[in-house]
Amino acid sequence: MAETLRLEVSRYRPEEDSEPTLQSYDVLLDALNHVKNEIDGSLTFRWSCRMGVCGSCGMMANGEPKLTCAVPLTDYDPAQPIRIEPLQFFPVVRDLVIDMSSFLEKLSNVKPWIIRDDVEATEAVEFKQTPAELDAYKQFSMCINCMLCYSACPVIGLEPEFSGPAAIALAQRYNLDSRDKGKEERMDVLDAHEGLWGCTYFGECTKVCPKNVDPAGAIQLYKMASATDYLKSLLLPWGSK
Amino acid sequence: MATYSCDLLIVGGGGAGLRASIAAAEARPDLDVAVVSKVYPMRSHTVAAEGGAAAVIKDTDSLEAHAYDTVSGADWLCDQDVVEAFVNEAPREMVQLEHWGCPWSREPDGSVAVRPFGGMKVSRTWFAADKTGFHMLHSLFQTSLKYKSVKRYDEWFVTRLLVDDGRCAGVVAVEIATGEIHSIMAKAVILCTGGCGKIFPFTTNANIKNGDGMALAYRAGAPLKDMEFVQYHPTGLPATGILITEATRAEGGWLVNKDGYRYLQDYALGTPEPKPVHRTMELGPRDRLSQAFIKEQERGRTLEGPYGHYVNLDIRHIGEAVIDKKLPFVRELCLKYANLDPVHEVIPVRPVVHYIMGGVHTDIHGATPIAGLYAAGEVACVSLNGANRLGSNSLTECLVFGARAGLAAAEFVDGAAPAGAAIEAQARDEEQRLRALMAKTDGTERIADLRSEMQSTMEESAGIYRAGDTLAAGGETLGRLRQHARHLKLEDRSSTFNTEFISALELDYMLELAEVILRSAVERTESRGAHQRIDFPARDDDKFLAHSLAYRADDGSARIEYLPVTITQWPPGARVYGKQ
Repeated sequence: MAETLRLEVSRYRPEEDSEPTLQSYDVLLDALNHVKNEIDGSLTFRWSCRMGVCGSCGMMANGEPKLTCAVPLTDYDPAQPIRIEPLQFFPVVRDLVIDMSSFLEKLSNVKPWIIRDDVEATEAVEFKQTPAELDAYKQFSMCINCMLCYSACPVIGLEPEFSGPAAIALAQRYNLDSRDKGKEERMDVLDAHEGLWGCTYFGECTKVCPKNVDPAGAIQLYKMASATDYLKSLLLPWGSK
Repeated sequence: MATYSCDLLIVGGGGAGLRASIAAAEARPDLDVAVVSKVYPMRSHTVAAEGGAAAVIKDTDSLEAHAYDTVSGADWLCDQDVVEAFVNEAPREMVQLEHWGCPWSREPDGSVAVRPFGGMKVSRTWFAADKTGFHMLHSLFQTSLKYKSVKRYDEWFVTRLLVDDGRCAGVVAVEIATGEIHSIMAKAVILCTGGCGKIFPFTTNANIKNGDGMALAYRAGAPLKDMEFVQYHPTGLPATGILITEATRAEGGWLVNKDGYRYLQDYALGTPEPKPVHRTMELGPRDRLSQAFIKEQERGRTLEGPYGHYVNLDIRHIGEAVIDKKLPFVRELCLKYANLDPVHEVIPVRPVVHYIMGGVHTDIHGATPIAGLYAAGEVACVSLNGANRLGSNSLTECLVFGARAGLAAAEFVDGAAPAGAAIEAQARDEEQRLRALMAKTDGTERIADLRSEMQSTMEESAGIYRAGDTLAAGGETLGRLRQHARHLKLEDRSSTFNTEFISALELDYMLELAEVILRSAVERTESRGAHQRIDFPARDDDKFLAHSLAYRADDGSARIEYLPVTITQWPPGARVYGKQ
């Protein structure tokens, strides 16, 4: 690895700057912490676990959404600066910190919890779930809410109200769970917005996911289910659901 | 200064905090429950737990066996009534989490799978591959979203507990995004802020683990219990301290020295077998394995690399299929952070600070000695873990005692008297203190430098083995660091998302707790569990079958008292590991 690396970090201090500006520094998360600890204590970013599981440290690196604790500096050409910016398509709070409150609302809206009304009766024993039933939803349960997929999503860029890849993947995580009976309720929520049909399956969300979740696949599954329901409602109006 | 209010306030949104919030919301839908956390709840450090969560579920197991493993693992410094309540309620809590959607790994018949774990004589550790904490946290967080009576204050940092006349009536907190200072009044408060691993240089703990709740309670007059007991996990990656789960050994991994020899056989942990044997060798308790590493190092049989001494963890014989099914995160972590593939290569590891058995003194319901103040999870010391926690008991502890504290606090709310008149004045005082700190421009000391010196001091003086003189020397250094910490250089003048200011407050918490750890370790002149004194190598039940309680004296120093442990069924005995 090169002895020195150059970072270009997008700075935005609401009190001082009218818009985000760029500053250069002599040396991804380790590099940012070096700057924070040794050079400029005011550089502002979120981080915590430094092992790719808490989902705090997503940023744009050379224009691509990355989990900065999970990208080795050796991925970058030491002769070129690495440009670090806040995740795109989110409001910027300061420097590299984005406002992700819209996601928390979208997540709540898709009802990401087990829905069934017979829990009382079986309270003392576990629900059975075979390894194959677990595999049916497992990959969608791996989402760490890092927001990289929102930053990669061309639809979010145009329609911020779109539930977006992670929230839809998590809705499918519950829809596909053999213990859940809440699929209809969640479908109603997802149907309420057009954004989904704007998704043209570029699959950008799946490409950038650091945990190999396939939100694009989740969205396609949903569209197929929704289209089938719609056709049924046209053809079989007495019993579409 | 804006004032908010609620019935029940939970500080911290990890496993214990979320479980407490749901317990309270379910028991009492009429209460206004609030969760204040310095990070979004799904960022909480519960997320990083890997191996599993213990609870008796299989016919081959018994509550008595889980209790005995916990008591002996704790070197008898736990309260046995607490252990009994814990093992009794653990299965129900785990089934509850299963009903809330936690993706537990399964047997072919669809029942929950269990794996062996260190110090446990029966396989009883539920797991979700090797991301158990992550799945538990997200299941709890997503489930918590359905309770509309629970309000969240995300990314607010609590700086003080408001306590008047022996009763806790709320907190003062900084809203990080704006820098605004608020008070949140509450009839009861539950601390669920987790541990304080960042007091040490080499730790599995996330950046946010600064002991916030412990320091808050201590300053408010609550005692901190058994703070000398710090757990070193035997297997961390040398450069970063990233945790390589005990589940690697549960699935059959071996610890070998530089000669490829399974050295644990030399340290009263039994004889090596090709397959894992409960309570034997690599499935011994963490304290004994970390101590064996140091002895092995002293004998010159460890390896040395750029990040110090290490041994090798060999899981190659487990095979790619099992590794990918049961230990996929371990493989990912090794590939990303150690540049090796454990399917084909051994994993260098060394002991790493992982957990603190000590914490805010609570009773079996999570109540602290301050009326209206509760604590649960790693921040608390309910005395389940004693001198050494068994792996996979702490996630379950978050559920059992999170729920208990949530219910107890919800009940307390009803009879709670109105807050004392002094509370408002206290809140204003705290606001002024914070504003003065934010406005300070004449400081000279860099936060990172002081933090780093504190961390190395703690490793040198209060590591796996300790001695009276090194503990005393550490105390002196800390005293000096605390002086310097009054003159912190703060470069960030912004009120928007000022992480430097928050770091300064966190450092202040850690320095205070570091001193409590050292003081508690100095006074305990015996060796027990994770507290090993080379100058007092024997366990001394006559004097020290007792919890230390550290109280903050008026001059800021720690005063230590002792409280006898509660024994119900298991009189103190020898800790015996290895096949018998």
